[in-house]
Amino acid sequence: MLASYLPIAFLLILAGAFALVSVTLSRLISPKDPSPQKLMPYECGIAEIDPPVERFPVRFYLVAMLFVIFDVEVILFFPWALSFKSFPVFSLIAMSVFIFMLGVAFVYEWRNGGLEWD
Amino acid sequence: MDWLDVVIILVKVVVCFLLLNLLLAVVVWAERKVIADMQSRIGPNRAGPYGLLQSIADGLKLFTKEDIFPLSADRIVYPIAPIISAVPAFLAFTVVPFGNMLSIGHRHITLQIADINVGLLFFLAMGSIAVYGVALAGWSSGSKYPLIGAVRSSAQMISYEIAMGLSVIPVVLYAGTLSTRGIVLAQQHMWFIGAQIPSFLIYLIAGVAECNRAPFDLPEAETELVAGFHTEYSGIKFMLFFMAEYMHIVTISAIAVTLFFGGWMGPHPNFLVPLWGVLWFLGKTAAFVFLFYWVRASFPRLRYDQLMNVGWKFLIPIGMAWIPISAAVHIFDIRRVVLVGAGVIVGIIVLSLVLPTKKPEVLTEEEAKTTA
Repeated sequence: MLASYLPIAFLLILAGAFALVSVTLSRLISPKDPSPQKLMPYECGIAEIDPPVERFPVRFYLVAMLFVIFDVEVILFFPWALSFKSFPVFSLIAMSVFIFMLGVAFVYEWRNGGLEWD
Repeated sequence: MDWLDVVIILVKVVVCFLLLNLLLAVVVWAERKVIADMQSRIGPNRAGPYGLLQSIADGLKLFTKEDIFPLSADRIVYPIAPIISAVPAFLAFTVVPFGNMLSIGHRHITLQIADINVGLLFFLAMGSIAVYGVALAGWSSGSKYPLIGAVRSSAQMISYEIAMGLSVIPVVLYAGTLSTRGIVLAQQHMWFIGAQIPSFLIYLIAGVAECNRAPFDLPEAETELVAGFHTEYSGIKFMLFFMAEYMHIVTISAIAVTLFFGGWMGPHPNFLVPLWGVLWFLGKTAAFVFLFYWVRASFPRLRYDQLMNVGWKFLIPIGMAWIPISAAVHIFDIRRVVLVGAGVIVGIIVLSLVLPTKKPEVLTEEEAKTTA
């Protein structure tokens, strides 16, 4: 079974080698003419005024947390969908209950403004 | 498995990799030509006939350009990020079946780089790894615009990943397998698009968003963020990001064809059968890639809150609701017509929610004064 992953391993090596070799080769043949202005972080042509921000709207973290929760649910759907044909009616009822509970949580999240973006 | 099998696999991988690179060049050229045509321009027309060699010329140019390494950039992560971005983009294509079977003597060669039993999961996983490339690139640049672009991009990609995961589940349920080849074979009698219009629309919208393409190209909104996460990248490193983006477009289109439009299947005369399969696959994929161009030329960019609303408030609930509906239909074998009808209705609802229906409010001068 593991042998079917062999082509992926080959392609991983090939694509990785392609990327590495092209980066190295390009470094060898490209001109090098650094100047202090060129090496500054980009700021629309002027000297950098402030260093990059380190604090972000908390929304982004909320989205990340929601993602973790919902992605776990999505992963749970896959084995269910695969084994669906073995016991269709029972699994449909079970999954409907599951989706309903997920839906309740989702509506709660929505009503409390967890999905609002401003 | 003897040594000849390994040689066949090696040859297959190398040939596919070279063809993919060539395909990328064509896709980039075609995009520039199509978009130019839609905007009444000519597009590239100097390098070779019809500018066909333009992408190769661009590649050579980027290859020989000075590679700027900003002082504020992280020494280790900054050069690695483009590689992390490009390699999974190529790997995702391994599970795409681009043809049925090639028989030479006693050997049957599947026209697919790797037919693994969790193909679809592998495709989704590679899509998730793409987030790492973007996030690391933005963070390691040590500059404002890349950082903001990367955070936006990560939030967008993970949000639409859920919608995409939900949209493929009914297909898995109907096919009963995660192997992409198995999914195509399960569509022998009827393409899944017939029963799965809502899933397909969700997949398509999420796919455009996953590629960070217009109208979801917030991470690299030129007017706000210069170039987003790859602002500080130049030369060959920029080219790797560029290749990754177009590789994603090709793969998402190819998977759309595989899941919903019967992959390599199509009517064909009875000679050179494997070749016809490949031609059908390429034709269908090209239609989807064209759709990507068309969408880019037609729709204005969304606002960030609109983007998040589309993902979380429309695509995810509809995707979740559609799963038990299609499962129930599958069990009770309600007439397919009913299913198709329901699919069309839900599809229209999805579209009407997503597409802007209201005209943007234009304030008169007096109203502007009072609100100000």
